[in-house]
Amino acid sequence: MRALFSFIVVIALVAIVFVGVKGANLEFLFGVIIPYAALATFIIGFIYRVVKWGRSPVPFHIPTTCGQQKTLPWIKDSKIENPSTTAGVIARMALEVLVFRSLFRNLKTDLREGPRLAYGSDKWLWLAGLAFHWSFLIIAFRHLRFFMQDVPVVVQWVEGLDSFLQIGAPLLYITDVIIITAVTYLFLRRVYIPQVRYISLAADYFPLFLILGIAISGVLMRYFIKVHVVGVKELAMGLVSFNPTIPEGIGVIFYIHLFLICVLFAYFPFSKLMHMGGVFLSPTRNLANNSRMVRHVNPWNYPVKVHTYEEYEEEFREKMKMAGLPVEKE
Amino acid sequence: MAKGTPKPDELSRIDYTPPQKEWMDTPVKLKPGMYCWGAKAKNLQAVGFPNARDWTPADEDWKLPENWEWTVLEGIYDRLKKYRSFQLFLDICVRCGACADKCHFYIGSGDPKNMPVLRAELLRSVYRRHFTFGGKLLGRIAGARKLTLDVLKEWWYYFFQCTECRRCSVFCPYGIDQAEITMMGRELLNLLGLNIDWIQGPVANCYKKGNHLGLEPHTIMSNIEFMLDDIESITGIRIEPSFNRKGAEILFVTPSGDLFADPGTYTCMGYLMLFHELGLDYTWSTYASEGGNFGFFTTNEMAKRLNAKIYAEAKRLGVKWILGGECGHMWRVVHQYMDTWNGPADFLEEPVSPITGTKFENAKTTKMVHIAEFTADLIRHGKLNLDPSRNDHLKVTFHDSCNTSRGMGIFEEPRYIIKNVCNNFYEMPENTIREKTFCCGSGSGLNAGENMELRMRGGLPRANAVKYVHEKYGVNMLANICAIDRAALSTLMDYWVPGVGVTGVHELVANALVMKGEKKRTTNLRGEPLPGVEEEEEEGKEEKEEQGG
Repeated sequence: MRALFSFIVVIALVAIVFVGVKGANLEFLFGVIIPYAALATFIIGFIYRVVKWGRSPVPFHIPTTCGQQKTLPWIKDSKIENPSTTAGVIARMALEVLVFRSLFRNLKTDLREGPRLAYGSDKWLWLAGLAFHWSFLIIAFRHLRFFMQDVPVVVQWVEGLDSFLQIGAPLLYITDVIIITAVTYLFLRRVYIPQVRYISLAADYFPLFLILGIAISGVLMRYFIKVHVVGVKELAMGLVSFNPTIPEGIGVIFYIHLFLICVLFAYFPFSKLMHMGGVFLSPTRNLANNSRMVRHVNPWNYPVKVHTYEEYEEEFREKMKMAGLPVEKE
Repeated sequence: MAKGTPKPDELSRIDYTPPQKEWMDTPVKLKPGMYCWGAKAKNLQAVGFPNARDWTPADEDWKLPENWEWTVLEGIYDRLKKYRSFQLFLDICVRCGACADKCHFYIGSGDPKNMPVLRAELLRSVYRRHFTFGGKLLGRIAGARKLTLDVLKEWWYYFFQCTECRRCSVFCPYGIDQAEITMMGRELLNLLGLNIDWIQGPVANCYKKGNHLGLEPHTIMSNIEFMLDDIESITGIRIEPSFNRKGAEILFVTPSGDLFADPGTYTCMGYLMLFHELGLDYTWSTYASEGGNFGFFTTNEMAKRLNAKIYAEAKRLGVKWILGGECGHMWRVVHQYMDTWNGPADFLEEPVSPITGTKFENAKTTKMVHIAEFTADLIRHGKLNLDPSRNDHLKVTFHDSCNTSRGMGIFEEPRYIIKNVCNNFYEMPENTIREKTFCCGSGSGLNAGENMELRMRGGLPRANAVKYVHEKYGVNMLANICAIDRAALSTLMDYWVPGVGVTGVHELVANALVMKGEKKRTTNLRGEPLPGVEEEEEEGKEEKEEQGG
């Protein structure tokens, strides 16, 4: 139901741009105005969200420690899983962000006869997640060729690597295959694993369909329904140089691709996709476990009412004296 | 075992299939055995908590104040501004489900609302409806729902089915920590006087009397006297500890559970014997007589109010530093919160072991040292005369407590100690220890009697791993460094793995400790004959007969 809703929304988005371009000739709207608006929404929205998080302080020092603490000199501490230094934290965060360290720990719990609980390694989610995010990044990077007059050598290298299988013409990009496979897997696990289906919201399916739509339209455009590539580059260059033009005859499939990307950008700051920024701010990961070595200050720490020793002794003085305990006031 | 608790084979038939109906359409049903009694008026009043009245969770009417919805929403707003963790963890979850089967309560119950992700969604859904644009606009399709009485009851039921163990946060790709959500959820519930009495009672006790059990000064002393008598009859040595003594070098603080019931009391005897043997210049305090902090399971402010006594007493007595006993959540609080709340402890000195001269650099600002760190250092420097064969009748495994594992990382110290005082040590399977350790099922104030089914369910993964080493290696003793564990695991073992005992690490130390001037020991601290002693006696008899003949 929630998956269907998200699917229909994405189909509707495609229909809107199709009708808009084919029927109403709104190329300028979809090729210029919406991209600018979407990018502005993304940048402002992203910054707004991060600043909002940043304005909430981190009152307590709460890293989740996943290894031996630093204590006595002869006990080997776990410098990355339980970092006590900034360098350790950077390494921990790098592993988290670049290779999804925590997700790599994933286990599958099985209850067998007995009862006997067994924990098997389960790396599929990690693998699919990693494949999806990295291929997305590489694909985005490849697209730089549309936004620069001379294509940088690095971009050419990446393109070369990405197509090293040398299949077809134009050459097949491996990342195109990977991203579609990975996103499809991520969708299927949401539907087929009963627990995951139970917790999934429309907001979980929507980005998957949207990204799948972007990837499919891109693939169609590159391999099947050819568009006027020179025109596309002209449009892209016009956008980055703030001198937008709409070249003739690019093809509606391009506008579909572009519009879905714009929707993704505009939707990003309002959605769970903000985990991209959020992961860096997570206080269980980005703090060193040094809270007994370096005092952590809570900016809103305030005095509280306590039961003082004087009040305590007042109440128990006789009993304390009887028991031979020293007292402050006789 | 509480009446009505299902038998193990019945309880281990767990159905993980989620219901057909969506979770928002499945209102909470309070199932007896799965929740605790409501906080009593007098215990709420004792610390000035709002809406103090006697109430019963099973009743329709929870006697909530007027405008309670507003109080809760305002409470959420307030905490979003104060805690980045709260704001962030409500915003960035992608519901990948990696946390789902990592929770001991989910594994033991199959209730989908015990998946950490869904337990968080219970609150997140309300946050969306009242605090986000998308949620206000789209409502249900955006996963948003209004705060209603049913929702509130659901929160209460499930935020008291989370032991804040943080296992989920180890597996979460963003480090989202359900403990943070539960803590905020409980804070919100506390605004309406909705705690459980098993927590609120100890909080009230601790505030007025200095410890959860409500032991008055003379009772603390007499409880320790009993232990000293036992120690004397076992070792022939009379120990004379001091209480509230000014000018001692070290203040010793441990959870009051160690003073009260076995097997915790044996651990306490272990501390007493160790300190005596070292000639340590230390004192107990009857005012700061609680290391644990049940306030931590109500509100941050209450936790701070209780914790304040430790530094205050250290200052009053003029000690140099503080030594802390074996306890789980106590050490989460000491390690991650105490200095922030009640520091800086500039009236104390950087801790140095008077026996070995080791500087505890890792505790240089908080100035409180974990006893496992302290003892491991002693053993490393050869300061203790140990006879591990006295523990030869034991096959020991070690349970890493949640808080000291995932909120501190003290893994090697206790293991090093155990391996030096016992000859037979076996690890449980790797996915159930260290940072991946399973909760006893009774942490964060849930070790009551009326919620026994919940405790046995939540403790299943831990017990199951013990059962594995029990069957494979004949493990018969479960060691730990947590007072709640000592109480809770005993019940859990009796239920799931009969034949396995529970011990604190310092009980094992004291049994192996050869003290200066002690008489020949024939029993351990529990009064059970030491291994080899019975045979020796037999042999001795024969010799005498021969001589006589």
